[in-house]
Amino acid sequence: MDLKSLYREIINEHNLHPAHKHDLEGATADHRGVNPSCGDDIRLQLKIKDGVIEDAAFVGSGCAISQASADMMIDLIVGKSTEEAMTLADGFMRMIQGKADDAEIEALEEAAALQSVSKMPARVKCAELGWRTLGKTLAEGAAEGEGHQPHC
Amino acid sequence: MNQALQDIRGDFPILAGSDLIYFDNAATTQKPRQVLDAVVNYYNTQNANPLRGLYGLSVAATEAYEGARETVRAFIGAQSASEIIFTRNATEALNLVAYSYGRTRVKAGDNIVIAVSEHHSNILPWQMVARETGAELRYLECGPEGQYPEEQIDSLIDERTAIVAVAQVSNVLGVSLPVESIIAKAHSAGAVVVIDGAQSTPHAPVDVTALDADFFAFSGHKLLAPMGIGVLYGKETLLEAMPPFLSGGEMIEYVTREDATYAELPHKFEAGTVNAGGAVGLAAAIDYLTDIGLEAVAAHETALTARMMTALKAIPHVSILGSDDPADHHGIVSFNIEGCHPHDVASILDTDGICVRAGHHCAQPLLAHLGIGAACRASVYLYNTEDEVDRFAAALENVRKELGYGS
Repeated sequence: MDLKSLYREIINEHNLHPAHKHDLEGATADHRGVNPSCGDDIRLQLKIKDGVIEDAAFVGSGCAISQASADMMIDLIVGKSTEEAMTLADGFMRMIQGKADDAEIEALEEAAALQSVSKMPARVKCAELGWRTLGKTLAEGAAEGEGHQPHC
Repeated sequence: MNQALQDIRGDFPILAGSDLIYFDNAATTQKPRQVLDAVVNYYNTQNANPLRGLYGLSVAATEAYEGARETVRAFIGAQSASEIIFTRNATEALNLVAYSYGRTRVKAGDNIVIAVSEHHSNILPWQMVARETGAELRYLECGPEGQYPEEQIDSLIDERTAIVAVAQVSNVLGVSLPVESIIAKAHSAGAVVVIDGAQSTPHAPVDVTALDADFFAFSGHKLLAPMGIGVLYGKETLLEAMPPFLSGGEMIEYVTREDATYAELPHKFEAGTVNAGGAVGLAAAIDYLTDIGLEAVAAHETALTARMMTALKAIPHVSILGSDDPADHHGIVSFNIEGCHPHDVASILDTDGICVRAGHHCAQPLLAHLGIGAACRASVYLYNTEDEVDRFAAALENVRKELGYGS
């Protein structure tokens, strides 16, 4: 898919009308993710019960790719176990690095459309932000912290 | 268009026969055949290690390299070729001053004055000097259009000011800083002045002697020369008293096991094998620009900038950063589109074959000062055309729609 189609068909809708961009009441984990050099800045909130992500949301600001990617990610991970979510986050990172296999990419559902971003080095960090923050959140449990990425 | 600028596009292999609109000239410029040929010719016919060989080819390499230095000297109006130090780029030149002059001369309780609109290259070295010496780092604060009030220059620079380091032209707003009054005030306070000429030298004649700058830095690659060659001008008396920046080969007079005496200027500051091919390319770029005339280049840029600003102002939701007067921009037009992140704008323009910069432009303190996170920047040079400006404006008009807005 060319970049304009990607924006038109997928990114714009998630960026301008995100389903999950709001504060989450009763969140059990809350983690900030930042791309300092482009100003992408999100806070990911998860409500985890018995090892399952019951609900998730994000707030923040940034470019369309960063915001849409986070929104699509939340579409995918709600209802999944933390292990499944971690596997998906790993799969997304591998896809952006051009290393994922077909099964890993297919598991990402709509977010698989961001595969073409792997060919745009300047936008890779934008696409990764939500997923990187998810990975850190799950790795650190409910601990507070920041997921900084010095360059993007 | 000026007669001298007619048909020059064919001189640039990367642009000739291409529809690509290259509007990132403030980052680096494209290279004309004349420059590329000069570099190839040096390596094909003159290459040896300059300055040390006792054979004819090395003498030829030395003559090519030192000839390039003389071309640079004349180009920026320096008194002597020994005041011209070849570096990799402006960043290295500024670091040379910070390490060799700043660290040895600045004392605790002194202050260093820089401007908030500086490129990170002219901020970080001074942060380092201030940290290591215990000096205070002071910022001149500009208004929304990048203007610096005289009163501030008068009040901030005082008898404890050791160094004032400012750009001649801002890389984000394109605006000139009042370097003449900054230099006058700094000298009356006994401070030395470092001018970052990275964005001015490609666009307007520079005369370091008339300016009375103590140090002046610029990069070759922003004025049609290859990457990896830059210049530091320094007043001879200052350079003489400074310790070397890097040490090694070619910068010594005599070395024993414990000690060394250093070579004469400018070689004291050019340790190791030099970038002779780059220097020859820089001289060819200077000759190319001088043939056309920097006044003609500046007039062409101002005309394109005026056309671009008029077109952008007519597009709803677009706002231009800086002055309203195209002549204040030195070919740089930074802008934002409401509701659109600059990185998205640049990506959409890229699909239309248009190269613009987007982000913080290595000037985060300025963007923070202006209250914006990032911006797009279109910057033109002598080979850009009115038609390119029109196509750019037409593409820009569609960006909000491409990003999902109704208008």
